[in-house]
Amino acid sequence: MTTTVQGLDRRTFLKLVGGGIVVMVSVGPSALLGQERRRGYPEDLNAYLRIDEKGHVTIFSGKIEMGQGVMTSQAQMAAEELGVGLDSVTMVLGDTDQCPWDSGTYGSLTTRVFGPALRAAAAEGRAVLMQLASKKLGVPKENLLVENGVVSVAGDPSKKVTYGELAQGKQIARLVDEKALLRSVKEFKLMGASPKRLDGVDKVTGRAKYAGDIRLPGMQYARIVRPPAHGATMKSVDVSAAKEMSGVTVVQQDDLVAVLAGDPETAAAALGKVKAEWTKPSLDVDNDGIFAYLLEHAPAADVRLNRGDLAAARSSASRVFESTYNTAYLAHAPMEPHTAIAELKDGKMTVWAGTQTPFPTRDGIARAVGLDPKNVRVITPYVGGGFGGKSSSRQAVEAARLAKAAGVPVQVAWTRPEEFFYDTFNPASVIKVASAVDANGVITMWDYDVYYAGERGTGIFYEIPNAMIRTHSSWGGGSGAPTAHPFAVGPWRAPGANMNVFAAESQIDIMAAALGIDPLEFRLRNTKDPRMRSVLQAAADAYGWKAAAAPSGKGRAIACGIDAGTYVALIADVKVDRATGNVKVDRVVCAQDMGIVVNPDGARMQMEGCITMGLGYPLAEELRFKGGDVLDRNFGTYHLPKFSMLPKIETVLVKNDELLPQGGGEPAIVPMGAVIANAVFDATGARLYRLPMTPARVLEGIRKAEKKT
Amino acid sequence: MKKTIQFRLNGRPTKLTTDDDRRLLWVLRTDLDMTGTKHGCGAGLCGSCTVVVDGKAVRSCQTPLKNVDGKEVLTIEGLEQNGKLHPLQQAFADHGALQCGFCTPGMIMNAYALLQQQPQASRDAIAEGMERNLCRCGAHQRIVAAIEEASHAKGGRS
Ligand code: FES
Ligand code: FES
Repeated sequence: MTTTVQGLDRRTFLKLVGGGIVVMVSVGPSALLGQERRRGYPEDLNAYLRIDEKGHVTIFSGKIEMGQGVMTSQAQMAAEELGVGLDSVTMVLGDTDQCPWDSGTYGSLTTRVFGPALRAAAAEGRAVLMQLASKKLGVPKENLLVENGVVSVAGDPSKKVTYGELAQGKQIARLVDEKALLRSVKEFKLMGASPKRLDGVDKVTGRAKYAGDIRLPGMQYARIVRPPAHGATMKSVDVSAAKEMSGVTVVQQDDLVAVLAGDPETAAAALGKVKAEWTKPSLDVDNDGIFAYLLEHAPAADVRLNRGDLAAARSSASRVFESTYNTAYLAHAPMEPHTAIAELKDGKMTVWAGTQTPFPTRDGIARAVGLDPKNVRVITPYVGGGFGGKSSSRQAVEAARLAKAAGVPVQVAWTRPEEFFYDTFNPASVIKVASAVDANGVITMWDYDVYYAGERGTGIFYEIPNAMIRTHSSWGGGSGAPTAHPFAVGPWRAPGANMNVFAAESQIDIMAAALGIDPLEFRLRNTKDPRMRSVLQAAADAYGWKAAAAPSGKGRAIACGIDAGTYVALIADVKVDRATGNVKVDRVVCAQDMGIVVNPDGARMQMEGCITMGLGYPLAEELRFKGGDVLDRNFGTYHLPKFSMLPKIETVLVKNDELLPQGGGEPAIVPMGAVIANAVFDATGARLYRLPMTPARVLEGIRKAEKKT
Repeated sequence: MKKTIQFRLNGRPTKLTTDDDRRLLWVLRTDLDMTGTKHGCGAGLCGSCTVVVDGKAVRSCQTPLKNVDGKEVLTIEGLEQNGKLHPLQQAFADHGALQCGFCTPGMIMNAYALLQQQPQASRDAIAEGMERNLCRCGAHQRIVAAIEEASHAKGGRS
């Protein structure tokens, strides 16, 4: 088998890598599939590690660090399997010339899918070293011990040899798949521990480099002429005044009109002198009218689940509950706007980019500037937050095109208003649910239609004999109707699942309340799934749950979900100000079963991050627009969670060492919409069907609820 | 207007001749190659660009260079002393009070000024003082804990 890396055959590749012991990892493509857009990439290496002649380990992986802590957790996994200290490991991430092909960092896949492969590679490296040591020390492998990269003879610690000594003068290459033998949980020293983040010191000292921090000699700062609205086309442009400014270069190339200058402020001033006229399409829809509009343009359904007899269940049901849920467009709004720096030198384009997808970005750049992908290198420094938004890296293509056109290194750093325009927003969605329950509180029917959020998060873990789930288009546009949205949409932290779980877990609460059953009891009564039962119970125990049907007036509620293989249950306390409609979340308890936990503190950090970020979409975040005009273009009107919104967050990791590590970067955000909506109901008796639950909408809900009683 | 501006930057005398209306953020990042201070919004709304001028936290994206003439400017690069992290930096690293880290320099500089003014700041006072600094990763709970630890209230030395 010839394995190619960057178009090289394996032998050339190994020569370039240098001596020592090299273990390559190949996760069959099947393991990484699961989302359609990943189909069709070449079977290739996914990563490799090298143990050099000093015993130092370097891991080359196409994954990137955007805050989720994989730099640390990957190093931990490899160090664990190899039997070296964490300080002997260096991570090279997201460099397309140094790392094997990778589809991108998203979907909580890094630990879940990639982790076992990386561990297998490290385990293989250890096996090779043990064999060498056995020969060198003249002792069978079984009698050898490893600690911190030193192999010694059991019972005779003076007889020893280091990994570095073993690797010296060697050139050994191995290829593994994820099936190699791994260390068991009981043997773990580093996995399951919480070393400090490897990127911590870089980040607290300002030394951490993000794309915008790269400086190249002669680098120019670009500003690009942008349309006033999505769908607008340029009628005419006059760049003469900008051209006259000293130190300013103007690039005009098809749809790309940009000014370049030696500093960002001069570039901004030059951009201000460009006069462009635009034709704006008329699109008569805004963030309130969008739901009807989306339904009108919805494509036919894909049936994802169809079991039992819905019609019969409906007609025999004593009560049927029908609800429609709406959720808004959301911005990713990472604190670091999309940024890239490109340099074309001797026919090779190098681009430093804040991206979640270095390899697809490389290919996109190659196409745009007419180079062979092997003459394009994308280097990913630290990424200042992604959440799915940096899966698309238009800025990198812009920088490369400008660098080529101008013949100098160019930085493209989006301003915040640009970020709020070219972001691939989380799509607005509509979810219609009809459900039924019998007199004993057993759910008998579930008829579920989701528009534009897709399938993720629709899975039913309740025992419902008659169920139908239909998806109409997905979060990425999907089948048939990518144009229904006024602007680009894309993956947003746990794409679609936030919306689906908001609807589903609100609906569950509606039924429990109508029957006067405690919401925890109602859930337990309807699910046999042991993992779900255990996270529900763990959350209830940590919270100190006492049964009461909603609305109890307490303002507490529960919601749960499954995402990225992880089970999560949340309990929240809220206070609702009945005069203003303002909702304050006071406390959130989160119980999560994510299989083996590689780094417990890192996992908690992600859970807390999910919960804190997850205060935004239920309560405050909504992208407002009119036609193709995005109205919220900065943080003055698009409201991210702030310190004053912070609840007390308590996290519980439910032990499950039987299961390989599951996803951690997304699950806990998924039930946040439902748990807050349910708690608002518990506090006030007002059921809210639309996110975000702004004070005005809460007040309206309270008024409606008062009228009913 | 082109002018010669002098100030102390992280304890060192600094002099440059440039348009004194330019924003401190871009002068730091572009002319002085100090990239620890970040651009997040350019509109005074996120705090990523926070630096300390004469003991007060300011948003460098909103600060014309002329405002710092003759003043003492402290940035994230100036906190470490003789290779030793400042107690706030140490506390942020210890508590994992960061994820992507992009908001971190601004958070630390804002906290630095906050603790200068209220060395005994309570948890609530810390949260209030940090309110206008945004963190999209949701590191808030740990940021508050880190600042509390570094404060005098907990025997820290900030
Ligand atoms: S960049 Fe200055 S406040 Fe956001
Ligand atoms: S750590 Fe990412 S924005 Fe705060």
